[in-house]
Amino acid sequence: MKKFTKLTSAIVPLNIENIDTDQIIPARFLKATTREGFGENLFRDWRYENNNQPKADFVLNDPTYSGKILVAGKNFGCGSSREHAAWAIQDAGFDAVISSFFADIFKGNALNNGLLPIQVSEDFLASIFKAVEGNATSPLEVDLENQTVTIIETGAQESFEINPYKKSCLINGYDDIDFILAQKHLVEEFEKR
Amino acid sequence: MSKTLVEKIWDAHIVKSEEGFPDILYIDTHLIHEVTSPQAFDGLRKRGLPVLRPKQTVATADHNVPTLNQLMPIKEELSRYQVDMLTKNCAEFGIELYGLGHPFQGIVHVIGPELGITLPGKTMVCGDSHTSTHGAFGAIAFGIGTSQVEQVFATQCLLLSKPKTMKIEVNGTLEKGVGAKDIILYIIAQISAAGGTGYFIEYAGSAIEALSMEARMTICNMSIEMGARGGLIAPDQTTFEYIKGREFAPAGEEWDKALAYWKTLYSDADAKFDSVLTFDAADIAPMITYGTNPGMGMGIQENIPATNTQPEKEKLSYQKALDYMGFDDDAALIGKPVDYVFIGSCTNSRIEDLREVAAFVKDKRKATNVTVWIVPGSKQVEQQAINEGLDKIFEAAGFQLREPGCSACLGMNEDKIPAGKYCVSTSNRNFEGRQGQNARTLLASPLTAAAAAVTGVITDVREILEKA
Repeated sequence: MKKFTKLTSAIVPLNIENIDTDQIIPARFLKATTREGFGENLFRDWRYENNNQPKADFVLNDPTYSGKILVAGKNFGCGSSREHAAWAIQDAGFDAVISSFFADIFKGNALNNGLLPIQVSEDFLASIFKAVEGNATSPLEVDLENQTVTIIETGAQESFEINPYKKSCLINGYDDIDFILAQKHLVEEFEKR
Repeated sequence: MSKTLVEKIWDAHIVKSEEGFPDILYIDTHLIHEVTSPQAFDGLRKRGLPVLRPKQTVATADHNVPTLNQLMPIKEELSRYQVDMLTKNCAEFGIELYGLGHPFQGIVHVIGPELGITLPGKTMVCGDSHTSTHGAFGAIAFGIGTSQVEQVFATQCLLLSKPKTMKIEVNGTLEKGVGAKDIILYIIAQISAAGGTGYFIEYAGSAIEALSMEARMTICNMSIEMGARGGLIAPDQTTFEYIKGREFAPAGEEWDKALAYWKTLYSDADAKFDSVLTFDAADIAPMITYGTNPGMGMGIQENIPATNTQPEKEKLSYQKALDYMGFDDDAALIGKPVDYVFIGSCTNSRIEDLREVAAFVKDKRKATNVTVWIVPGSKQVEQQAINEGLDKIFEAAGFQLREPGCSACLGMNEDKIPAGKYCVSTSNRNFEGRQGQNARTLLASPLTAAAAAVTGVITDVREILEKA
């Protein structure tokens, strides 16, 4: 799994609430049997016209914004369990997603792939959106070790929560399968009960 | 110590619980399908691992399959490849597959219960968020991502933190024309599409206890639409009667042993829930959604809430949803023409749904402006419908009875709703583009869908039932 420690980057703002996984990656693109290549269809129907022309007013098509951090409205990733949503975001070059609230399954999927989901307060989310209104390339610093997000220009900072086990997985790049297989005897003992 | 039902089942499946780490939870049954499994099988190959317990894994092809001429090769190349991959992977790793042509094939959440694979007290997972359906039997059942599918393949376990618990009680009696789908759409409209996030929900109360198993499945199915990973209902006589005699259900001595255990599966009277909500069944009308998430629902006679009544920071998203649907705020939906009616999906494609629709449309005919698709949840449901002569009733009404699959719920196969068209759908999600690019979905019960099919417009089914 991809490691994550510290990240300083401009952001891509997507100030919409309840962004569901069908928007992130529509079902018709779930037919691939590998994990790669989903990025080109990330937010497909918001990003492209039916004739595949990019929609100029969609933020991913706006060269003003770029960066490795996607910032979105609350209840991000609701809907289907498709991990393809996390893969698509990662494949499009993002390493972290910030929102004021994440759907459960999406959050787990993101963590299992080294894509860091960062939940911040409504107020802090609003101040991130405000910062890019003033300066489109206003950078954020994400520090996983110290569990903080900082708007570098203003110095405004907030801490975020993360399960300590998941945190160490991200920092070290190991995953749940390694963890359980190391204790496989316990599974076999459980089955005998 | 008193425990909730979720805690009882969870605690009985803990392989290891250690401070500072998620629990290692044992998974009894792993259901898989063609869309969310190929990358997990690939992962196993890369690690050189087998599926640890193939006998506890069951596969079917449902998301991608055509619902016409299923015995012909799948025309769409990528869909065919994905279904073929499943067949290959199951053969290589020793997993039983109920694929196309098999009499047990069907939507994964329909076949588990009807085959007696879904049982009280089990832990069940599937790479599909509607796995919560199986909770209707008093099981801990939830959707997982593909990395977790791989994890269960490799270890028959998941690393998880114990969820918070919520009890939702619905008491009283439902009005005629109001059913399980209306109950769950009502609850989601009350608490929003995120209101259950982080929780496992236990549904209880006299209105829930009065429901059949299939109706209970409809309720638990949509738990994820309020963000809850799972929802469950304590097993009772209704549950036991449903299970007895099914293909893989325990029998003989095993049955007696199982039944004795199942009877201990309820929340203790003084068990503590993290949250408790109570609703009155009498307040629930036939429901319909007007927006682009399942929380945007209302009683069918109501007007769409005005944009200016929405919280300031939600107005933009709210208006965006109404624009997508082509609806004005504060407008009524009654009388609005519809183009398609879809009766199917893991929410409402079981035999009772088909019977209810057939009873309603008998001697009626669909409106000329509407295309009606009925997609049964499984081969067994399809066969049962034919045995009961429901196919003849549908045919006479101009409804098309198709073959089983997920179909127009998510339009991964050819069953797509065209751009701009309105579809009254018994499925579970009204997201933008869910049923096809720019398709407009209105979620409703099978009866409300059938009423729209017959009149060609959004209709309060109670008015037709009263006249009958």
